[in-house]
Amino acid sequence: MEEAFAKLDIRKPENIVYKRTDLLVDRPLSYCPGCGHGVANRILMETIEEMGIQDKTIGISPVGCSVLAYDFMNIDMLGAAHGRAPALATAIKRLWPDHFVFTYQGDGDLAAIGTAETIHACNRGENITIIFINNAIYGMTGGQMAPTTLEGMRTATCPYGRDVKIMGNPLKITELISQLPGTYFVTRQSVHTPVNARRAKKAIRMAMENQKLNKGVSFVEIVSNCNSGWKMTPNQANKWMEENMFPFYPLGDLKVDGKLVEKK
Amino acid sequence: MGELRLMKGNEAVAEAAIRAGCDGYFGYPITPQSEILEYLMMAKPYETTGMVVLQAESEVASINMLYGGGGTGKMVMTSSSSPGISLMQEGITYMAGAELPALLVNVVRGGPGLGTIQPSQADYFQAVKGGGHGDYKLIVLAPASVQEMCDFVKLGFDLAFKYRNPAMILSDGAIGQMMEKVNLFDPIPRRTNEELISQCPWAATGKKKERDHIIITSLDLDPAGQEKVNLKLQAKYKQMEENEVRFEEIQCDDAEYLFVAFGLSARICQKSIELAREKGIKIGLFRPITLYPFPTKQIAALAKKVKGMLVVEMNAGQMIEDVRLSAGNQIKIEHYGRFGGIIPTPDEVVRALEQKIIGG
Repeated sequence: MEEAFAKLDIRKPENIVYKRTDLLVDRPLSYCPGCGHGVANRILMETIEEMGIQDKTIGISPVGCSVLAYDFMNIDMLGAAHGRAPALATAIKRLWPDHFVFTYQGDGDLAAIGTAETIHACNRGENITIIFINNAIYGMTGGQMAPTTLEGMRTATCPYGRDVKIMGNPLKITELISQLPGTYFVTRQSVHTPVNARRAKKAIRMAMENQKLNKGVSFVEIVSNCNSGWKMTPNQANKWMEENMFPFYPLGDLKVDGKLVEKK
Repeated sequence: MGELRLMKGNEAVAEAAIRAGCDGYFGYPITPQSEILEYLMMAKPYETTGMVVLQAESEVASINMLYGGGGTGKMVMTSSSSPGISLMQEGITYMAGAELPALLVNVVRGGPGLGTIQPSQADYFQAVKGGGHGDYKLIVLAPASVQEMCDFVKLGFDLAFKYRNPAMILSDGAIGQMMEKVNLFDPIPRRTNEELISQCPWAATGKKKERDHIIITSLDLDPAGQEKVNLKLQAKYKQMEENEVRFEEIQCDDAEYLFVAFGLSARICQKSIELAREKGIKIGLFRPITLYPFPTKQIAALAKKVKGMLVVEMNAGQMIEDVRLSAGNQIKIEHYGRFGGIIPTPDEVVRALEQKIIGG
């Protein structure tokens, strides 16, 4: 069979219609099979490649499942302490105003331990892009309750389901930051189907392009599954996400060009 | 050359930062050092040298702004006082682990806890022995005058970049607030991005075609790799110990006894020397300027010449541990301290010398 392909000589550069972006380092990702991080990493790197800004981009990875994102993304990156990525991004963007700066953070990182850094970077209107992966759980540490864990959802630290009377309410941080005058573009996407992944990539493109306008934070939430943490197969996890996560965290733009989007 | 001005210690730090070519200051108000941020906001260096000045939402944010700026090779600094420096410890150990240059200024106040806003030297252990987690060291400079508050900003940046390590100026509320004559050094232009990229090839400045992407991190999950990181750090600290020890000796030549003191305590001891010598006591002062690396060899040599040492500190006895480790147990070494924001008088220091060392 391989011989046949070689003879057909179809593997010429001009015949390639799709390939892995050069901005993803050629090494296995550390994410669980079925997890949304892989696609999110890829579409972010594809965007930077398509914009031709690899040499002018500085990324910041968080603590959490994507702590090693700097190993996969072929750009200059800093690994922040837990929750502090927006503080790093603030300084870097102000010190390198002609560079593109993004943070890539999970829900525990961005909406629990780093809430103050998130809110204040957004409120100051730092000219940065924040990519926020929300899977409603602490994946890397073994599936504990996150600030975004849904009411009734079971995790290792709410094994009987999140009881909001005891554990407090899930935090809609994206709605919260969309209210801040320093945010220019706020959207919520997913990457669990090809259509959704394309929409998410478009949103990331806009979020990166916005940095040229110097008008404030562009914030892209990606609602993602955590099949390992949720104890489901990837297909079950995606279905569960559609049925339970999307009603509470509805997809779509919250703020475009600095204006809140009217709810239908 | 230079320029003479009457300034507060805190103002001297701020002016020196602008003149040293600092790229960014990130800080949060706390007494007794808020004049540093106030001075910078008044001076507006972002309109002249291009230096960024930002009031952060917390000390936690400030230190992580330094991590970001330092990781891209920029000359960045912050300042705070004791409780704020405690909050920064996480960021400090990350920066030490990732080998990032930055300058920190601690204008120390009395503790523990919220303590007092009056001067103290009780953060010696925190500055010199760690403060954050893991095996790491800061370069620690202890100014004893407003002039040194100014000069150590430049020296601190030089050492921080020479060793790719955070450096700290360990001052106190009195030196921060008091006014003295300062000879300001001539302004040094900020580095251009091109100069930075050639001088700091390790910094994350955007991936270039001719090199691999740069990763700034303190993480290495492989124990063998993490041990290597530690060994590299320890080798670097050894280099600092060999090359960067700084100290001052005052009237040590004929001394039978010694005060050992840093910062403000050393200033007080200078007066105590006058008073003691009037009484016929031959005493001198040994002042460590670098608290890390500590002048161990110099103290060991002096311990062979004198009969006793009184370590004077505005704390309950911190540097004395390093003095004793350096000097061994051949001579009498005692501590005299006031704390909680009390500054000892020259008289009471002489009385302590007579009671604890000479008479004791």
